[in-house]
Amino acid sequence: MIGFNLLLGVALVYVACLFAVAFWAERRARQGQESWLRSPLIYTLSLSIYCTAWTFYGAVGYAARSGLEYLTIYLGPTLVFVGWWWILRKLVRIGRLQRITSVADLISSRFGKSNALAVIVTLLAVVGTTPYIALQLQSVTLSFAAFAAANPSGWDLSDLDQTAFWVAAGLALFTILFGTRNLDANERHHGVVMAIAVEAVVKLIALLAVGIFVVWGVADGMGDMLARIDASTLVQSPVAPDRWVALTFLAGAAVICLPRMFQVIVVENSDERHLSTAAWAFPLYLMLMSLFVVPIAVIGLAELPAGSNPDLFVLSLPLSHGQGEVATLAFLGGFSSATSMVIVAAIALSTMVSNHVVMPLWLTLRREGATVSGDVRKVVLLSRRISIGGVLLLGYGYFRFSGGGAALASIGLISFAGVAQVLPALLGGIFWRGATRYGAGAGLIAGFLIWAYSFFLPSFGASPMMPATLLAEGPFGLGWLRPTALFGIEGMDPLVHAMFWSMLFNAGFFIAISLVTFPTPLERLQGAQIVNVFDHSGRARGWLGTKAETEDLLVMAQRILGPGDAQALFQQAAARQGSTGYLPEPTPEFVELLERELAGSVGAATAHAMVAQITGGAAVSVQDLLAVADETAQMREYSTQLELKSRELTQTARQLRDANAKLTDISIQKDAFLSQISHELRTPMTSIRSFSEILLDGDGLNEEATRRYSGIIHEESIRLTRLLDDLLDLSVLENGQVVLHRQDVLLRDVLDRAQSSAGGSALVGRAPGPDAPPGAARAPLRIERQPLAESVRLVTDGDRLAQVFINLISNARKYCQRDHPVLRIVPRVEGNLLTVDFIDNGRGIPEKSQQIIFEKFARLSDESAAGSAGLGLAICREIMLKLGGGIDYLPGQGGAAFRVTLPL
Amino acid sequence: MAKTVLLIEDEPNITEAMRFILQRDGWSVSIHADGATALDAVDRVRPDVVVLDVMLPNRSGFLILRDIRAARQTRDLPVLMLTAKGQEKDRALAESYGVSHFMTKPFSNQEILARLQELTQP
Repeated sequence: MIGFNLLLGVALVYVACLFAVAFWAERRARQGQESWLRSPLIYTLSLSIYCTAWTFYGAVGYAARSGLEYLTIYLGPTLVFVGWWWILRKLVRIGRLQRITSVADLISSRFGKSNALAVIVTLLAVVGTTPYIALQLQSVTLSFAAFAAANPSGWDLSDLDQTAFWVAAGLALFTILFGTRNLDANERHHGVVMAIAVEAVVKLIALLAVGIFVVWGVADGMGDMLARIDASTLVQSPVAPDRWVALTFLAGAAVICLPRMFQVIVVENSDERHLSTAAWAFPLYLMLMSLFVVPIAVIGLAELPAGSNPDLFVLSLPLSHGQGEVATLAFLGGFSSATSMVIVAAIALSTMVSNHVVMPLWLTLRREGATVSGDVRKVVLLSRRISIGGVLLLGYGYFRFSGGGAALASIGLISFAGVAQVLPALLGGIFWRGATRYGAGAGLIAGFLIWAYSFFLPSFGASPMMPATLLAEGPFGLGWLRPTALFGIEGMDPLVHAMFWSMLFNAGFFIAISLVTFPTPLERLQGAQIVNVFDHSGRARGWLGTKAETEDLLVMAQRILGPGDAQALFQQAAARQGSTGYLPEPTPEFVELLERELAGSVGAATAHAMVAQITGGAAVSVQDLLAVADETAQMREYSTQLELKSRELTQTARQLRDANAKLTDISIQKDAFLSQISHELRTPMTSIRSFSEILLDGDGLNEEATRRYSGIIHEESIRLTRLLDDLLDLSVLENGQVVLHRQDVLLRDVLDRAQSSAGGSALVGRAPGPDAPPGAARAPLRIERQPLAESVRLVTDGDRLAQVFINLISNARKYCQRDHPVLRIVPRVEGNLLTVDFIDNGRGIPEKSQQIIFEKFARLSDESAAGSAGLGLAICREIMLKLGGGIDYLPGQGGAAFRVTLPL
Repeated sequence: MAKTVLLIEDEPNITEAMRFILQRDGWSVSIHADGATALDAVDRVRPDVVVLDVMLPNRSGFLILRDIRAARQTRDLPVLMLTAKGQEKDRALAESYGVSHFMTKPFSNQEILARLQELTQP
């Protein structure tokens, strides 16, 4: 019988052969002799990693336990490959055009390069695949154990524990050697694929050999076999339609969604046409693999002692009949199934983990920390290698942790159900443009959680993560949330139950949230690229076009370069090509030239994308679009900066303009001031000079005229003096050198003094001349006062306050254009504020002038009748400011109205 | 026949002084104090010469001068302008409007009489 060392030796030799095959294939590929490596046969054989140890050993066990149900595991993929191979074709086309590296990458690409989605899918894949890897390791260990059971001597059972570890380590080595030779994950792994193809053949031959041995070696040929099958209870086990539907669906979903299947179907595909071969050849392979499952199960149940593990019938049957060679071949078949699955799964998972988890993290850390020198290439390879080690370590850890207890088939189903959660996002993503990243994320998370809660965690039985009370009564005693009877639906098969709810919520959330959210622009573009992948890629490759395309190019170029430049460019090109018109042939040279020209205006990526859109020569890839987005962002930033600069300039210009206006204003004010001073001084001086010359002549003057003219001279010199006084007063007030004499005064006294002073003014009593302005002949100003209200005591400079009042009364007297002018003086105390209003019954001051009356020389030009210089109100304002109060014009009082305000 | 001078001036004291010296010199003197109606006065009085102040109520002397020069009947009417502002740009402005003579206040009685004589020489 076969001892441990011999079996180990066979295994090692087999592994060495695989290394050699892989190495040879890699070398052939590097030498360019890869044509037959890329044959449809190799492609189809590589798909056989679908048949793992689970299928190899487990299908028999499954059949022994549950009858024909195992067929669903083959039925699902068969339906997909025969009936829905166009889905696969679309996946393959998308995979090649978008340079997709994994399921996670496809979903992330489709939904606008969302790394969050990629991380979710990666997580799902790792959680779903780890038990499966553990399962493969377990199967190898179990197969060793089967040999040990048949021949207990010569076996050190302690070795068995280590077997799994060494198998895992060997697989890691193989995968790292042949799975990470190239940086480009999209590159095909010829060595790996070749080795898998060899293994596919080995496992098929092994299973057929066991089958033939069983039918013709154990049973008595086909007739006897059929009779024994008929007699067995196996085929009579009841068929549960719901489980059949669920399992078939699951297997069909798994063949699309499993990371390793995606790897061999899409990533490793070198020619889309291989699919048409695989569409019949792969189902055929599956059929052959399933051909002898029932015979082996029936014979195993009948021949082997009760309690034998049906998962190992494939090994134990030949062993029990002393067929060591057949058993060894079967061992190699199972070993092949296990190793090929682990290798491809490790490549697929490590690509996802490395691209979507490790690299983003590394890039983030690098950006924050000190610069890491060296080649990113090396980092990527290292990250992928570490990921492979990590994935296998995880599988080994799971194997040790779970203790290899659960039946192979149930672990497989749990994995399938987990990975199938990707299906709605995947199919929705490639067929429905309306799908959004939020929908995909929500669906994935919902499906994943329900799967974990209702299927994955309960599969361990009662455990710390899922206590028995929770299983029996639901969380917080909520019966309708029991993991295996969600929403009160009892008595459902756990698998059907979990599939139903997880898929319902997954697809439901996916569709509902996609409908209520809006895709980002990149998502929209990617969605269009992926959903309409056949429209985009169906056209001719290369820069080959027609005149019609040249016209389109011209239209586009005119928009960007301007009509003149664009037409000149096209005309020159046409001339160079020797054609007479202005439309050149869209030769590659011309299109490249145009692209360069456009790049000068809109950036290289945009130019390429635009030209490609029209010529259809190259699909616009995500990279192109991202580059376009980058350029646009840069341009936007640039234009934002320009805008900012321009705004700053505008602001500076406005400030300068304002400052200039202010200066001009001051200059104008100064000129006006000088002009006014000049006028105010020269006018009285004119009278004085003129009359003094008349008096000096003495010619024709009577005494009365002499007296009168002397009076005018006297009056005008007083006016001059007062003007100078006012100017000096204002200057003192404005420069703050004024000395205030505050004392306790009664408002009434101040007003009395002001009224008598204003009334006694020389200005007022003058008789109007023959041509005096209208209104000069009016009645004297009547002043209405409120003596009671005037008994207010205040501490202030009484003389200065009186000066303000005098001014206001004089103004009323001078400017109130009424036949019977009246001035009301209304004092009022409000809180600690005294206001004294001076309101006359004249026309008031026009609104536009109300702003300027407190300015120097603001005398309104059409009211220059009275002989004042226009300094009065300016002085008033300065005085009131010095006294801590104010003076304002009160609009809307009928006549001119001023309010003097003082604190009490 | 005495020549007529129209004095457009709003300062009563100056008006009185000028009326005296002009009448003493044999002029027939007409006086108008409002800027807005000054042109009507010119039409009504049909003076031989106008003495025009700049700072007038309601209308500036410059605008009055412009209108005098714009009307066909008064295009060649001699106008002597008087101003208390006395800035160079005022003189330039007056000359651009076609003033016959420009004087600043205060003025010499003799000089203004001499100028008026000059302006009314045939």
